[in-house]
Amino acid sequence: MLVSDLERRFGYRAVQGEFADRELSGGYTSDLLSDVMANAKADSVLVTIQAHKNTVAVASLVGIAAVVVCNERPIPDDMIEAARAEGLALFVTAESQFEVSGRLWPELGTGSGR
Amino acid sequence: MWIALARAWLSRHTGRMPSVPISPDAGPQVVLELLYRLKVRDVMSAPVITASPRESMRAIQFRMRDNGITGVPIVEEDRLVGLVAISDVIDALDKGRINEPAEALMAKTLIVLEDDMPLAFATTYFNRYSYGRFPVLDRSGRLVGVIAASDIIRALLVAMNEEVQRLEERLSERLAAEAAARPPDGMTRLSFPVVRFDFENAGSASAAIKKELKARGIDPAIVRRAAVASYELELNEVIHSLGGTISCAIGEGRIEILAEDRGPGIPDLEAAMREGFSTANEWIRSLGFGAGMGLPNARRVSDDFSLDSGPDRGTTVRVIINY
Repeated sequence: MLVSDLERRFGYRAVQGEFADRELSGGYTSDLLSDVMANAKADSVLVTIQAHKNTVAVASLVGIAAVVVCNERPIPDDMIEAARAEGLALFVTAESQFEVSGRLWPELGTGSGR
Repeated sequence: MWIALARAWLSRHTGRMPSVPISPDAGPQVVLELLYRLKVRDVMSAPVITASPRESMRAIQFRMRDNGITGVPIVEEDRLVGLVAISDVIDALDKGRINEPAEALMAKTLIVLEDDMPLAFATTYFNRYSYGRFPVLDRSGRLVGVIAASDIIRALLVAMNEEVQRLEERLSERLAAEAAARPPDGMTRLSFPVVRFDFENAGSASAAIKKELKARGIDPAIVRRAAVASYELELNEVIHSLGGTISCAIGEGRIEILAEDRGPGIPDLEAAMREGFSTANEWIRSLGFGAGMGLPNARRVSDDFSLDSGPDRGTTVRVIINY
């Protein structure tokens, strides 16, 4: 599935929609940034509640393609600006991390992990 | 009529203009240092003028007028339960609800600061949210103060005056030190200062190192390993050190990342290298750091890893990645 499918098919609201659309390689769910650094794959989607500029820094360092912020956590303006500068797709949803991960698993499950 | 005027005044002052026109992102190093050295508790107003949830909005309006303040935290049994801002009082007057109790009209979802957070956090919050003030809690969650933009500006002015005076005295010394800086040799050498608790710029050294490695056409898997190591070491300095540098030398088939800090040193090296061990406090963990994976992650991606630390000499970590 494509990054744009997160909005088109799953209904997650894009708060930063300026990105080069591409195929997602898998997914990773975590709020610990060191854990994300160690385990998230390049071109994957990160499912998190960590709505902070540092999440964008970590995502861009490991080449994550999209971030889905759960539980409708408020997204700070500086996080959106950082994501735009990095071309990182940023989505927000009222769903929990458990729900988002469960919905994405049938699409991305085989490609997730390490 | 005065309500309409007050509204106009408020809207002018709650627009997108930063209420503290200083950015923890950029600015002279000396100002950044101040922003991270000063704590919220050094700047906040205390003791706090509070009200109970059952007091009327009218009573709160008078308390604001008598004390010259624009916000009153609502407290019950030592616990912060809400906040009435002057705009809430205006709203109550406007809607004829001024005799109702505070609990009916107060803001209940509050953004609070902790008293041991650096001032940089407070300035970021003021510029991110258009609130005029934030309640300040201590570690046990007790309300200990209120911080307004004017408190920050006053404290910064005093601190900056002292700092400028000190800098002027040391100016010639500094210029001499800069002139002595070595020009680069054949290899690429990068060096970045890292400031304690500067979460706004955390990752910028690693991003610059990654960019340089990519520009040299180094294999993406190697670039990622170097990015992980430099980010973890950079964040360790932000979270645990008094400040330091991240430097990187690239050439002749190897990447050397060197993290040097000014202290305080790691008391238990064995524990620090164990996955899951961390001395980070609660608000650092709330940002997603302090998982106790920093040093283990850096070592895992290294071809060679060495660490030296002591209370008298700070911490030096050297990571080598071959390409």
